Amino acid sequence: MTRPESPPESPLESRPDAPVLQAIDLQKHFKLRGSGRRGGVVHAVDDVNLELHRGRVLALVGESGSGKSTIARLLAQLMPTTGGRILLHGTDATARRRPAFRAYVGRVQMIFQDPFGSLNPVHTVRYTLTRSIRIHRGRLRGAALDDALQELLDRVQLTPSERYIDKFPHELSGGQRQRVAIARALAADPEVLLADEPISMLDVSIRLGILNLLQDLRDRLHLAILYITHDIASARYFADRTMVMYAGRIVESGDSESVTQDPKHPYTRLLVRSAPDPDDLEARARGARGEAPSLVNPPSGCRFNPRCPFATDLCRTEVPPLMAVGEGREAACWGYSDRPDRPRVGSVVEALPKEERA
Amino acid sequence: MSITSPLGHPQAQPQPQPQQLTPVSDPVLEIKNLSVDYGYDGDPVHVLRQVSLTLGRGEVLGLAGESGCGKSTLAYAATRLLPPPGLITGGEVLFTDRDGRQTDILRLNDAQLRASRWQDLAIVFQGAMNSLNPVFRIGRQIADGIRAHRPEVSQKEALERSAELLELVGISPDRLRSYPHQLSGGMRQRVMIAMALALDPQVLIMDEPTTALDVVMQRQIVEQIADLRERLGFSVIFITHDVSLLIEIADRIAIMYAGEIVEDAAALDVYQRPRHPYSSALLHSFPPLRGPRRELTGIPGSPPDLSKLGGGCPFRDRCAFAFDACSKVNPELVHPNVVGDDPRRSVACLRHDPAAVRAVGEEPLPVPPELSLR
Repeated sequence: MTRPESPPESPLESRPDAPVLQAIDLQKHFKLRGSGRRGGVVHAVDDVNLELHRGRVLALVGESGSGKSTIARLLAQLMPTTGGRILLHGTDATARRRPAFRAYVGRVQMIFQDPFGSLNPVHTVRYTLTRSIRIHRGRLRGAALDDALQELLDRVQLTPSERYIDKFPHELSGGQRQRVAIARALAADPEVLLADEPISMLDVSIRLGILNLLQDLRDRLHLAILYITHDIASARYFADRTMVMYAGRIVESGDSESVTQDPKHPYTRLLVRSAPDPDDLEARARGARGEAPSLVNPPSGCRFNPRCPFATDLCRTEVPPLMAVGEGREAACWGYSDRPDRPRVGSVVEALPKEERA
Repeated sequence: MSITSPLGHPQAQPQPQPQQLTPVSDPVLEIKNLSVDYGYDGDPVHVLRQVSLTLGRGEVLGLAGESGCGKSTLAYAATRLLPPPGLITGGEVLFTDRDGRQTDILRLNDAQLRASRWQDLAIVFQGAMNSLNPVFRIGRQIADGIRAHRPEVSQKEALERSAELLELVGISPDRLRSYPHQLSGGMRQRVMIAMALALDPQVLIMDEPTTALDVVMQRQIVEQIADLRERLGFSVIFITHDVSLLIEIADRIAIMYAGEIVEDAAALDVYQRPRHPYSSALLHSFPPLRGPRRELTGIPGSPPDLSKLGGGCPFRDRCAFAFDACSKVNPELVHPNVVGDDPRRSVACLRHDPAAVRAVGEEPLPVPPELSLR
């Protein structure tokens, strides 16, 4: 599918492959309700810049509550932003009216975490998919509709399609349901797929099947995929680039292999060292303390500073910008600046208090 | 099979005990041939089929498997917390206390059971974040549990004990007067652990205690459990689907599939020398964080519908090593057919059980190299 590509508005570096979907300084603050809280906001997402490219997967990794699902919902325009812009092929894509929104979702589709909740239990697979096809491709009938259904189910590897087409969601396994949800998204022939934790509700043995399917769709349909996950190992497996979020801000980005093998930001280091890894029991970060901060009153300066073993006064007062830390990589940590009062970032495993372990 | 009362008067079903398996020394909890059905009508689903499992004193036993394989059911049945329509149809759960006295939990009357719960066996539930009562302060909730078992303890003493418990799990005692919503998920999880430890239980059952938490918090909780176990000396049954986490924290791992235990071995043996095709495939279902990036396939197909299990091995449709005999006979736990294996480990796979294959008139096949790593 080719659409006229207008030149990017922003003076970002001109790349041979322009981003399909781009977010600039994305911000979402939720107003607090209830007595005594008037005027307070939850700083769910602040200053997030990201680009999705054709045929590439960008992973967004972070703990629960870090704002990664909010980003997906903002990009799908399921909720309005409170700041920043969303550009589709370089043009502002904010949909204010229903026809514009319909046109937008035809190009940017989303799949959700819970395939048990995202499919209507009273409708068959045929009905669910037919509806999506008719909304996005017009009123297909008869053989044309059957062919389209067949093609969709083939694409998500639900074959032979006769076995699945007249099933209700409760007759399918979790993996099959997620495949139907993906087929429903593909019915719109989208350019961008926003996948919000697509495998975390599924049985462990079938998770890889879904990831491999998405990988196959990326390669064959050249989809731009945003893969949201809390599992940094699956980001390494599946994504070309990885962005790590902490408390509503991007703290590190780069290609997945270097982010996971040589993390720069102290939070990413802690994350990588905390994941269970039976091959490397010694290098696990022990003795980490603290938890994610409140986003109503986020810590001043770097939001990770209360938990960071290297934090200095600079970290507690000024917000670190994303700084280049090597080929195509950025980290939001003062340790990589050339300020004289910068912190010295070392190994988190050594910096954490040693625990007596018999 | 007729259904017996939930109190569980097991029917005389002599189960041929697997040969040459060395029992765990000094067991604290022995689950023997436990069977659980779901549904009262003529066609119940057999969710657990003759499961036997032994927990040694001071041991951390990991129970791993996919959702729906019966691992939570096993924990709930063993503590008699199984909600209807779950029904224990047979087996025994022997608890040995510190004096060596044995009781069958499935035969206790209501009063005995109430006294035994929390005191002998405590459980931290799945989604513990939501199992605190939102309208009471957490101090009161812990104190209530203590006073229910020790009526002679005053409220003041109970609250003091609660403060100690909170300190034990790394929460400042001034949090006693907090309501659950004022605590973060990780702290609520610790409160649940503190509560479970209130009466110094000998067995702690933890049902997916860290799945709702992110990895950094998960590591903190897991470290805390390891540390407390060292100091207090209880045994743990840790239920999760995350095998890599178990390899790190458990002494021994039992892998469940479709309502049966398919492999039971020391944690590192499971990781480095898996003997069951399912264990091996499960280990290859997690993308690694380090090492070469390679194409992974997961396990083809999906877990079987427990209501439609015929005879034969329930894993055979997804198994790369299945052969004719697998559809004829359901394998039982036997010692793996690999020279030099730990005598305590067991596996339920016909590749390791040539005798069972010959019994149905088939030709046994050798153990594939993938399942006989040394």
